[in-house]
Amino acid sequence: MSPTNVSMTVNGKTVSAAVEPRTLLIHYLRENLGLTGSHIGCDTSHCGACTVDVDGRSVKSCTMFAVQAAGANVLTIEGMAGADGKLSALQEGFREMHGLQCGYCTPGMIIRAHRLLQENPNPSESEIRIGISGNLCRCTGYQNIVRAIQYAAAKLAGLEFKEAAE
Amino acid sequence: MGHSARLLWEDLLIPGSFEYHRPASLSEAVALLGRLDSDARLIAGGHSLIPMMKLRLAMPTHLVDLAGVAELKGARLEGGEIVIGAMTTQREIIMSGVLAEHAPILRETAEVIADPQVRYVGTIGGNVANGDPGNDMPALMMALGASYVLSGPGGERRVPARDYYLSPYETAAQPGEVLAAIRVPKPPAGHGWAYEKLKRKVGDYATAAAAVILTVSGGRIASCAIGLTNVGGTALFASEAAAATVGTALDPPTLARAAAAATAIASPAEDGRGSAEYRAKMAGVMTARALKRAFARAAS
Ligand SMILES: Cc1cc2nc3c(=O)[nH]c(=O)nc-3n(C[C@H](O)[C@H](O)[C@H](O)COP(=O)(O)OP(=O)(O)OC[C@H]3O[C@@H](n4cnc5c(N)ncnc54)[C@H](O)[C@@H]3O)c2cc1C
Ligand code: FES
Ligand code: FES
Repeated sequence: MSPTNVSMTVNGKTVSAAVEPRTLLIHYLRENLGLTGSHIGCDTSHCGACTVDVDGRSVKSCTMFAVQAAGANVLTIEGMAGADGKLSALQEGFREMHGLQCGYCTPGMIIRAHRLLQENPNPSESEIRIGISGNLCRCTGYQNIVRAIQYAAAKLAGLEFKEAAE
Repeated sequence: MGHSARLLWEDLLIPGSFEYHRPASLSEAVALLGRLDSDARLIAGGHSLIPMMKLRLAMPTHLVDLAGVAELKGARLEGGEIVIGAMTTQREIIMSGVLAEHAPILRETAEVIADPQVRYVGTIGGNVANGDPGNDMPALMMALGASYVLSGPGGERRVPARDYYLSPYETAAQPGEVLAAIRVPKPPAGHGWAYEKLKRKVGDYATAAAAVILTVSGGRIASCAIGLTNVGGTALFASEAAAATVGTALDPPTLARAAAAATAIASPAEDGRGSAEYRAKMAGVMTARALKRAFARAAS
């Protein structure tokens, strides 16, 4: 099938690329736009490493065609820090609480946690665990990821997070 | 892919080529399906279809995306029926006030489907139309006595969920028909309900699962309907298991009889979730658990 132009807003910028309809959103982001922050972990819709935010929903971008996201507002890990490079509360939380080891799952975790905190700014530990249950991490055992998200929730609420990383 | 065998890396591919269509109305979608060749497929959330396309188990030449059809969205009450548009996502089912009030079993079931990301995009229409015995909603729709509204070139018709599933991926829908909505007779106020699903982990299809809807009067079960997930070629309507409970106060012998009747109609395949015998047994165990919980929730 001949490529057609697919446009959307990614991290606040209007972008466009000529792709085949079968091009998956993750490939559009990584290969056409050069945004390689979102990772491909499993390619079978299970691991969540490819999670991006599409119109306010956390989506596994390996399981959506780029054409399905035409016209949408997409947020990837590259859009999380401020224009001045200042880390977002979640990024800071992952650094401070050691929420990552190899870092492979981290972009998907942070984008998913971002939507979770938008919907529920003060989640309980169990709400966090259910909220990130579509994101697999093979390194951390999740403990410090949960803390990182709690850290960010506290910071966004103007509070100080007292617990230490394990 | 409730039944699928183990995936091998070398089998994982990019989907085949197709032409993409995005109709803005139901009538336009039906007209498109009529005009395109028989290899055209509808796409809703794509979370069953795209994995199948990656494996080249599905190779549609045209995809007709229902995402732009606003009339297929949302749940509402219409007389004595709850009408749920096919494009309502699992997350929207969980968040719906109408459903929480009138048929809370929908929320309980949607919450144990897949994971948050899948629930943001996976639709109830795709879940019931897919025809995979691993999907959770069909057994629920059987228990609720729901019908599917199918829109085709000749107009609209309704098919009861209990008659819809013929064999894996084979349903009563004709090529060219769109499943537009699900109509659920509003369960009586005070009904009991439960969906019990045994699974190995988040995002897993059921080892076995049971949906129960019942009413209680004077401490005894007045009516009962049971559906089973992933323990046969299709979702199963367990009428004998349900009949065994009517008129009883769900005493232990009754529970055992209902469980045995559910196990008796189960014919699961052996897979990573367990042997056929174990999974059939679990169909009975899930039935008993769901009955107990539904009974406890019902007003008598
Ligand atoms: C990791 C993972 C775990 C999952 N776990 C579960 C689980 O535990 N339980 C479960 O039930 N599901 C599970 N699913 C499947 C998920 O719920 C799907 O979203 C759902 O089965 C199909 O809905 P969809 O909107 O994505 O449909 P699609 O994938 O778009 O479509 C599925 C099929 O239905 C057809 N179709 C879609 N809409 C219509 C319509 N309106 N009319 C006629 N035909 C239509 C399509 O042509 C296609 O053949 C899982 C999926 C993933 C990726
Ligand atoms: S790469 Fe998309 S879910 Fe794993
Ligand atoms: S930090 Fe390695 S997979 Fe999560």
